[in-house]
Amino acid sequence: MSLGRTPSQTVGPFFAIGLCDRKENELVDSRDPAALPLTGLLVDGQGTPITDGMIEVWDGRRWGRCGTDGSGAFSFVVAKPAVGRGAPCLEVSVFGRGLLRHQLTRVYFPDEAEANAADAFLSRLSPDERATLLAEPVDGGIRFDIHMQGPLATTFFAH
Amino acid sequence: MSEGPVGVDPSVVLPDDPSFGTEVQVDYPGYRSTRWRAPSRPLVTMPEELHSLGAPVFGETTVDESDSDLTRQHAGEPLGERITVSGRVLDEDGRPVRGALIEVWQANAAGRYRHEVDQHPAPLDPNFTGAGRSVTDDDGRYHFITVKPGSYPWGNHENAWRPAHIHFSIFGRFFLERLVTQMYFPGDPLFAFDPIFHAVRDPRSRELLIARFDLPTTQPQWALAYEWDIVLGRGGRDTTPIEGTP
Repeated sequence: MSLGRTPSQTVGPFFAIGLCDRKENELVDSRDPAALPLTGLLVDGQGTPITDGMIEVWDGRRWGRCGTDGSGAFSFVVAKPAVGRGAPCLEVSVFGRGLLRHQLTRVYFPDEAEANAADAFLSRLSPDERATLLAEPVDGGIRFDIHMQGPLATTFFAH
Repeated sequence: MSEGPVGVDPSVVLPDDPSFGTEVQVDYPGYRSTRWRAPSRPLVTMPEELHSLGAPVFGETTVDESDSDLTRQHAGEPLGERITVSGRVLDEDGRPVRGALIEVWQANAAGRYRHEVDQHPAPLDPNFTGAGRSVTDDDGRYHFITVKPGSYPWGNHENAWRPAHIHFSIFGRFFLERLVTQMYFPGDPLFAFDPIFHAVRDPRSRELLIARFDLPTTQPQWALAYEWDIVLGRGGRDTTPIEGTP
């Protein structure tokens, strides 16, 4: 006998008072030699930055979250996780006003071409879908923009 | 098919439709902000390993006792109807989820959030922040003391008002059990007009968002008690969380 699961509802526009009242965006200490800045923009289907969104990042051991700022930007300090069953990656959850349920996606690392090419999950995506999950190298870190819609729309997972 | 509620644009609240399943309809058109934010690209089947991926563990040390009493975070007591909100976090088999971090946030009794974007002309309460945290015990139980939030207007459509609600964020044991939702109060006259509530198209599933008034645990001369159980679901079949990728 299975209980009905509680359905999701949006975080709304005021989640910061409950979820972003402390700094939680450093999965590793920024002085750690493995520390890698991860930055990005959260963008809606009209190309407008989403300024009331929130991103959570989880690598199976380390977790962080960050609300988007007035320009739709988020930033983390991450470390590349050890290679497990596939290419190294980070689990990304996207929350926001207008999102009735959080969306799941992944960041893969741009300097892991070989592991990415061999990754079972990436291999079953179309080239377009796959491209949206790959971070870009930027000076001293990586960049991962999240587009909810449009020609650059990020690939999200059914869950 | 029933007629929609009187006085609201029929596109704001669509008729019930259990064929959408028990989860929320993410691109529900009556909630206007979904238009440019709900994902447009077809969702892909998730990576297999997510089914068994554990969630971050926060533990008891994350929260102080005062975090779950929203009426004692300032020098004085907040105005409003004092309530307790309690319940259990369960998995779909009815087993308690222990050690689940619950974070809540809400408007004050006048319907105003302590947030710079909220410009509703209702008073802020200097004795109320409206945020709390709790970790479930071995029986999956949680308990908050707070004041009943007021309803408040929003810009979604003409004369739009949200039913009173408390926002809940929950981390279960599995990554896929992550849930952010809203708890509503029984008998709210605004249910019929609210597109966020009605974005859950199955009426039985919608009922799961509504707390139950509980007289036996209502404390005489002190606080009304509401009970609300939260059921965390996930797609997978594994029963033991694993620590990410080895």
